[in-house]
Amino acid sequence: MLLHVIRRTAILVASLAVSSVVVFGFMVLLPGDPARVALGVNASEEAVAQLRAEFGLDQPLVVQYFSWVSGLVRFDLGRSYVSQVEIAPQILDRLQVTLWLVVCAMILAVVIAVPLGTLMAIRHRRPSGFVLTGLSQLGVAVPAFLAGILLITVFAVRLGWLPANGWTPPNEDPVQFLRQLVLPVLSLGLVQGAVLSRYVRSSILDVQREDYIRTARAKGLGPFRALWRHGSRNAAIPVVTVLALQLATLLIGAVVVERVFVIPGLGSLLLDQVSNRDLIFVQDIVMLLVFAVLLVNFLVDLLYLVIDPRLRAGHS
Amino acid sequence: MTAEPTQPTEAIEGTERVRGPGEVDAVPLVGQPHVRRRAGASLVVGGVLVAVVVLMALVSFVWTPHDPTLVNAEARLRDVGDPDYWLGTDKFGRDVFSQILVGARTTLFVGVVAVGVAGLIGVPLGIVSAMATGWLGETVMRAMDLLLAFPALLLAIMFSAIYGGSTLVAMIAIGIATIPIFARIVRSGALQVLSSEYILAARAAGRSPWAIGLRHVLPNVSSLVIVQASVAFAIAVLAEAALSFLGYGTPPPIPSWGRMLQESQELLYSAPRLAFIPGAAIALAVLGFNLLGDGLRDRYDPRLEDRR
Amino acid sequence: MSVNPADRAAAGSAAYGPMSAVGDERPVLDVRGLSVSIGGHDLLHDLTFSIRRGERVGLIGESGSGKSLTSLALLGLLPEGARVTGSARLAGVEHDVVGARDRELAQVRGNEVSMVFQEPMTALNPTMRVGAQVAETIVMHAGRGDRPEAGRGAVRERVATLLDQVGLPSTAEIARAYPHQLSGGQRQRVVLAIALANDPGLLVCDEPTTALDVTVQARVLDLIVRGVEARNSALLFITHDLSVVATVCERVLVMYGGRIVEAGPVSEVFTRPRHRYTEGLLAASDLEGADPLEPLETIPGSVPPAGMFPEGCVFRTRCAHATTECEVLPPWSGATPEHGYACVHPAGVDR
Repeated sequence: MLLHVIRRTAILVASLAVSSVVVFGFMVLLPGDPARVALGVNASEEAVAQLRAEFGLDQPLVVQYFSWVSGLVRFDLGRSYVSQVEIAPQILDRLQVTLWLVVCAMILAVVIAVPLGTLMAIRHRRPSGFVLTGLSQLGVAVPAFLAGILLITVFAVRLGWLPANGWTPPNEDPVQFLRQLVLPVLSLGLVQGAVLSRYVRSSILDVQREDYIRTARAKGLGPFRALWRHGSRNAAIPVVTVLALQLATLLIGAVVVERVFVIPGLGSLLLDQVSNRDLIFVQDIVMLLVFAVLLVNFLVDLLYLVIDPRLRAGHS
Repeated sequence: MTAEPTQPTEAIEGTERVRGPGEVDAVPLVGQPHVRRRAGASLVVGGVLVAVVVLMALVSFVWTPHDPTLVNAEARLRDVGDPDYWLGTDKFGRDVFSQILVGARTTLFVGVVAVGVAGLIGVPLGIVSAMATGWLGETVMRAMDLLLAFPALLLAIMFSAIYGGSTLVAMIAIGIATIPIFARIVRSGALQVLSSEYILAARAAGRSPWAIGLRHVLPNVSSLVIVQASVAFAIAVLAEAALSFLGYGTPPPIPSWGRMLQESQELLYSAPRLAFIPGAAIALAVLGFNLLGDGLRDRYDPRLEDRR
Repeated sequence: MSVNPADRAAAGSAAYGPMSAVGDERPVLDVRGLSVSIGGHDLLHDLTFSIRRGERVGLIGESGSGKSLTSLALLGLLPEGARVTGSARLAGVEHDVVGARDRELAQVRGNEVSMVFQEPMTALNPTMRVGAQVAETIVMHAGRGDRPEAGRGAVRERVATLLDQVGLPSTAEIARAYPHQLSGGQRQRVVLAIALANDPGLLVCDEPTTALDVTVQARVLDLIVRGVEARNSALLFITHDLSVVATVCERVLVMYGGRIVEAGPVSEVFTRPRHRYTEGLLAASDLEGADPLEPLETIPGSVPPAGMFPEGCVFRTRCAHATTECEVLPPWSGATPEHGYACVHPAGVDR
């Protein structure tokens, strides 16, 4: 088992390394001179040259790469070329916002998906199950930003119950914060919930057909108890995998939702900096997003060891 | 980006089910009439929706009620049901219906190229990684896992940052991001095929790996590929819409459903229909491809009967 | 020992004791006119038989005969959409199994009647320790009827005893193990322990050893018989393997096409079969008597798909002796359901 953990950690580190190279390589491909882009067309040659020297842009690429990576490891994310301000605090600020969004949406998705998926599975031969499954198909087909716009139209425009956009930090005005949180979290969470519910359904259907459920019934457990006591752990395994995969989707969904609701999160920061052609900033944010996804995958892998005993005694 | 890959359990490692040697179905195949009916429904509804989108795109080549890019200040914000503009007009006086028609063209175009790219690269990768012994197969799969950490939209944004927003950029970026979907499912299918006995027979007869790959593995995973293609198409449609919404996809004035949605946002108070119409188009197109994929999967893979 | 089932039958289940004293007149299981249809297909027709305390009865049939369906019907575990008529009564249970609500049946399953299924590899929950799975069945039925409430220590002891009884050594280790750490034979023993835990009046086994290695088969069969003997439980042993029935059971029911076509003591049925199907089965199983130079004996044709058996005698489409008389359902020849056959041209009887 320890071997398993070590192996997974090694894979995580390797993935991070490769991703960093990929991200760096991408940014290198940006046409034009980053310093000139940052300063503008009218800047003088000297100013540009000075900026280049300051940020080490005149060094060979390999050196730039390693200085960037070593900075990452130390949590020193450098300074923006454009604004000269340190990047890390900005990212941290925005990260909090996005985290609120993503974590709440994930929780909402699970809260929706588990009962809904279970219901769809249990009633999958009856009309009610069919209807639910159809609805979930519809939910899957609606992208988060569309859901956002629709929700705004109904709840903000027509009914006026909730604000259409904006963001207030929780410590400033908790009520307004919550009001502004509802619609974006709903748009992200409802859609993810629909997607996740289909996995829950399919996983439970699979488990229902397993022989050990039949054994449990033969022992005298009722259908629901049998499924609950023996099926839930086994059904959870594929669902947890999907949750991890869905994180990437959720993060990106947040990017768009932040646009829709004008929320100052990491996603909108990314978009802004891409427009600004602020190379280093974009690099850092993308790397952070990729890191988050890889980290969650890694943690989920470890979670398997807890859930599935077959993995513990060495590789099955 | 909320369409899901099909067959979640196959695509996930580590959840193989243990089946005993003497598997006997104690109960006759129950409920199959029910299943067939519903599987058929998915296929039909999905097929119809997809056909509608294709039709719209095709029609747009030949005819649209108005020029979708024509700005007409006098015809601003007409409502649905207007005799001249069936679905109304936007704030620039452009006909919504025409925009939807041409937008279908854009959507399909992006989808076809993206899925094509993803398939042409992903399928061979999957087969090769299944047939390759040793570390090569593993490495390819690790690379695929890594690629999955870069969602389509993120890649597309990054590409757009470099090369500017355009349809081509969108297509290629989405295509690259979709490669893992094909690679993984093809690999898992190929592994199954490769463990079957007639492959052993072929190898015993001295057939080269290339021949085996082409003549035996490929035809047998083709049904998997077709199903995945439908789902990948749905993902591509979603990604393109999101991209256009953000301003990175097809640039104006070429109509795009995503951008229509973005433009509608400022008018939600007065003209929410400008959001509903392209939104419905996007949702129905994605729904169509998803249903089509589900329906195809049920037809080709009866083992999954009870999952429906 | 000879492979020929007839020889085995003639030797009698001598390895085991005779049927225990038939003190209890009321049968443990009394089935009358049990019929099951699913999705419009009639799969079981008019099954009538009974099993007394301590009896070991075999139910023989091939795939498609409906034998497994019978076992599921007895436990009330038929799939949704199954229509069941007739009656199946268990001793000690007030209500009929047929038509009972699932809640009532749940109290009976694992308690008065329990079952061992065929596939040991997948019969246990992979994420739950084996001991816990055995304990579950004890705890669930504790406090019912005359069964005492069980404290944790008592349950643990009982689990250990049961595992010991099914021949699993080092019971503490086994109890803490997960199913994937056990072999197929070991897993089947655990399943047996679970089935016997509450001293059921009737143990139903559906091909319990078919999926096991030959060497393990004999051991597990032995454990099954010892298990029911020790508890004076009745045994319904469902299989297609004639030699196993010959070894384990005293009485046998032969099923084909969803009907019981012959019944009687094993020693008689296997040496003097009456129904042509039984005759064909025995001939096909008789490897020793076969001439090495001749093709093996088989029954021509194949088993029709579920629900597509012919009218009248279910076997007539494959029977060399069928006549127009066979187009009508042959009557049962015996005075009781336990002994007789349904054939108008039986073997070994001059007509």
